[in-house]
Amino acid sequence: MSDASPTTVPGTVLDEDGIRRTITRLAHEIVERNGGLSDLVLVGVQTRGVAIAQRLAAVIGDFEGARPATGALDITMHRDDLAARGLTARPRPTDLPHIEGKNVVIVDDVLFTGRTVRAALDALNDFGRPRIVRLAVLVDRGHRELPIRADMVGKNIPTAHEDDVRVLLSEEDGRDAVIVVPNGGQA
Amino acid sequence: MSTLAIHNARVIDPALGRDGIADIVIVDGRIARVGPNEGDAVIEADRIDATGLVVTPGFVDLHTHLREPGFEYKETIASGTLAAARGGFTTVCAMPNTMPVLDSRAAVESVLREAESSGHVRVLPVGCITAGRAGKELSPAGELARAGVVALTDDGDAVGDASLMRHALEYSTVFGLPVAQHCEDPALVRDGHMHEGWVATRLGLRGRPASAEETMVARDIALAELAGAHLHIQHVSTAGSVAIIRAARARGARVTAEVTPHHLTLTHEEVAFGSSTDFRSIVYNANAKVNPPLREQVDVEACIAALRDGVIDAVATDHAPHAVSDKQLEFDLAAAGISGIETAFGLLMTLVHSGQIELPTLIERLTAGPVRAWRLDRLPGLEGIGTLAPGALGDLVILDPNAEWVVDPTEFASMGKNTPLTGRTLRGRVMATVYGGKVVHALEGLAV
Amino acid sequence: MTTTTVPPIESTKPASEGAWRHQHVLDLDDFGRDEIETVLNLTDRMREVLDRRIARVPALRGHTVVNLFYEASTRTRASFELAGKVLGADVISLTASASSVVKGESLIDTVRTIRAMGSDVIVMRHSSAGAPYLASEQIGTGSIVNAGDGAHAHPTQALLDLYTMRKHFGDLTGKRVVMVGDISHSRVARSDMWGLAAMGAEVVVCGPPTLLPRGLRVGDRPAHAETGLPRVRVETDITKAIEGAHVVMALRLQNERQQGGLLPSMHEYALQYQVTAARLAHAHPEHLLMHPGPKNEGIEIAGDVASGQHSIIEEQVTNGVAVRAALLYLLCGGTATEALR
Repeated sequence: MSDASPTTVPGTVLDEDGIRRTITRLAHEIVERNGGLSDLVLVGVQTRGVAIAQRLAAVIGDFEGARPATGALDITMHRDDLAARGLTARPRPTDLPHIEGKNVVIVDDVLFTGRTVRAALDALNDFGRPRIVRLAVLVDRGHRELPIRADMVGKNIPTAHEDDVRVLLSEEDGRDAVIVVPNGGQA
Repeated sequence: MSTLAIHNARVIDPALGRDGIADIVIVDGRIARVGPNEGDAVIEADRIDATGLVVTPGFVDLHTHLREPGFEYKETIASGTLAAARGGFTTVCAMPNTMPVLDSRAAVESVLREAESSGHVRVLPVGCITAGRAGKELSPAGELARAGVVALTDDGDAVGDASLMRHALEYSTVFGLPVAQHCEDPALVRDGHMHEGWVATRLGLRGRPASAEETMVARDIALAELAGAHLHIQHVSTAGSVAIIRAARARGARVTAEVTPHHLTLTHEEVAFGSSTDFRSIVYNANAKVNPPLREQVDVEACIAALRDGVIDAVATDHAPHAVSDKQLEFDLAAAGISGIETAFGLLMTLVHSGQIELPTLIERLTAGPVRAWRLDRLPGLEGIGTLAPGALGDLVILDPNAEWVVDPTEFASMGKNTPLTGRTLRGRVMATVYGGKVVHALEGLAV
Repeated sequence: MTTTTVPPIESTKPASEGAWRHQHVLDLDDFGRDEIETVLNLTDRMREVLDRRIARVPALRGHTVVNLFYEASTRTRASFELAGKVLGADVISLTASASSVVKGESLIDTVRTIRAMGSDVIVMRHSSAGAPYLASEQIGTGSIVNAGDGAHAHPTQALLDLYTMRKHFGDLTGKRVVMVGDISHSRVARSDMWGLAAMGAEVVVCGPPTLLPRGLRVGDRPAHAETGLPRVRVETDITKAIEGAHVVMALRLQNERQQGGLLPSMHEYALQYQVTAARLAHAHPEHLLMHPGPKNEGIEIAGDVASGQHSIIEEQVTNGVAVRAALLYLLCGGTATEALR
């Protein structure tokens, strides 16, 4: 398999090692773009973005000797499609460090339509005014519905719109993997 | 000369002690002959084949609200008496809580006139105990008796003033009128909307305690004994009342009593849970709101026992039709009462099918029992009422004790659709009703 | 490319976390523990929103909440208004004057009209027990929240009480909660009993016999109806009732009770049933003191204990907004699944 593959890639697209390497690379990119650790805050989007932000902070801690601040942001109540998703929408905790004037990196697992990121930007506004907000994602699967792009991408995965991209992390799911389920598993 | 022949029925006539297969021949509105194969001797007649069915005297209801005059949006004499016919009742005693109330000769006569012109069965008016039903002064009982009332009551409310009640009882003896009391002490039921018990607690409603009835039953029996008068206890609903009446009758007090089909079969759980025994969620069913309220199982059982052994003389429906707009309200604002005359027989048959009362006994409490309680056969023109004796009124009912049907109030003849029984299957049905020799109700499919 | 079978992806969280089965919130009698926990967990999130610099999220943008109050209540109404506004809903408050609560002015018509105007949730307070049930039977889609009906139920108050207790104890299993006062007329007590029973707490109610409703003692109802009311212990002696209590809740006593002949005097009541420091000495050393408000200090509760170190009365008020926000969120989220209930 290849990153350049133009067609839908079914099955596992990243395994445990792949995720580890991707996160290491993302960590270096984040520090590089920020010009070091100063004022850096990693804000994970609930739920899996939080785990990824924690892992990024740990990796950065290893090679920089200090961990950046991290936080968790739940955007459930900032989504604009509550009625459509109905009962699946259960908010998780939001727990942010001081973000006023900081260089915030929003961290999420999958970038898809961009609506989650828009909601995250709205939500951040309620907590303060960061100097810069950047976006880092583990996977970009395309099909944006809003003018949003990631500053740092772990892996680009071409998908069909109806495919389901599932990021599994040991913190939430007991193991690490990124899986593409064609046609949402309904095929 | 018109002749109606009913063939091959099981004829139950408790007043005469008859229970067996027979034909009945009615000529010109009166019972002519009753006996095996009597119908075959009649040459020209309308005929009904009642094979497998039960024929009894027409039922007599001591307690019916016809609502006219004044509340024609709830019921009229025409609709109420048609409902009665469909329920098997050929005589109904009309309660006086109309508007105007029946406390004058003119009001009573207007009811009789309307019944004459639009009624489907016999209407016997009942007059008020107190003027205006206000509980302050006596009504003119003599004038009312001459106008044709068969008893006195302030039903809907009790006469709370003990002294006034004593005088009403004393005065009634001149005219031989029973004084019928709705026994609920006003002070004890104030702001109460259902039986005081665990269900009222569950619903957060103020209750009407059983003792509100029992204290007044005891009081009025003592007053009746003092006055030497005939007291009739309306719609007995508690085990305590039954015990008090039982003791009074044992010592010879002139006290009679009635009980309704709903108090014989339903409990206060009906209000919150219907027939469900799942207590997790509740409703506020205003169609089960009635005064006196539906009580507890022990009360139901005591009432059944009293009906069985005759301590309670009669089943009376307390048919209380209301408009939807009276019932579809906050529970405490909703009117009290059940439209019950069309479901009475089917509901009562649950007691027969469960072995709690014998069919002939039940029939007695619907026919000879009420007649005896109020001595209705003493009245001119009512000789033989409640029996199928030759020469008696041609009032009878044809019953199928086993026919099952589902209660659907939209099919009621009564304008009152207020029943808690909607959707319930009852076993036991009135197939036809004959009043004065004329068929006033017959279900389709009855072989004529 | 190998074809991999899709592995089952299941959350490690218990399935009950998001349990919610209600279209309406009328009382807690038909709530499972799982649903109560859903509300309380969500209330944590709402507390978090309320603590933000800008305490407002757009979760219910485009939804309309109508407060329909047939009975005055500044506190509960304000609490629901704030809850709706924090979530970005449009909130309209209607106070129906007492004079319109007469026959002819049909509650059903009013509710149907409000629903036809596009409300998603009608929050209703009414002096008649069961009025929200009547409304819920007629409304079709949309939700009714009972904000207090007569002497029957006050489920949102009970949920905030449960939330406040859980904040302090973590788990309510086996905790002894004692409610003192006018149990007969208290809709708070009724709903609290159901909620506490569902959460595994031990409930004691205490008051003079004239203010205790019938049928509460298990032996007072027939065996088949044991589950018809929550299992509680009934006491008329306050010292005995408070013994070992983890929570003591004083209920508001209304003046009408004296006029209705249920009490000799307010003074006599205070002598017999006031929650005082001396009486609280019999409670668990770590006990909490609660009151649903508004309180009559010097009648059902002594002033010094109401503001003392065990009192969490202020906290109850704060939590009220969060609990109500959680309920509105759940009910509006539920509009997509009308098949529920």
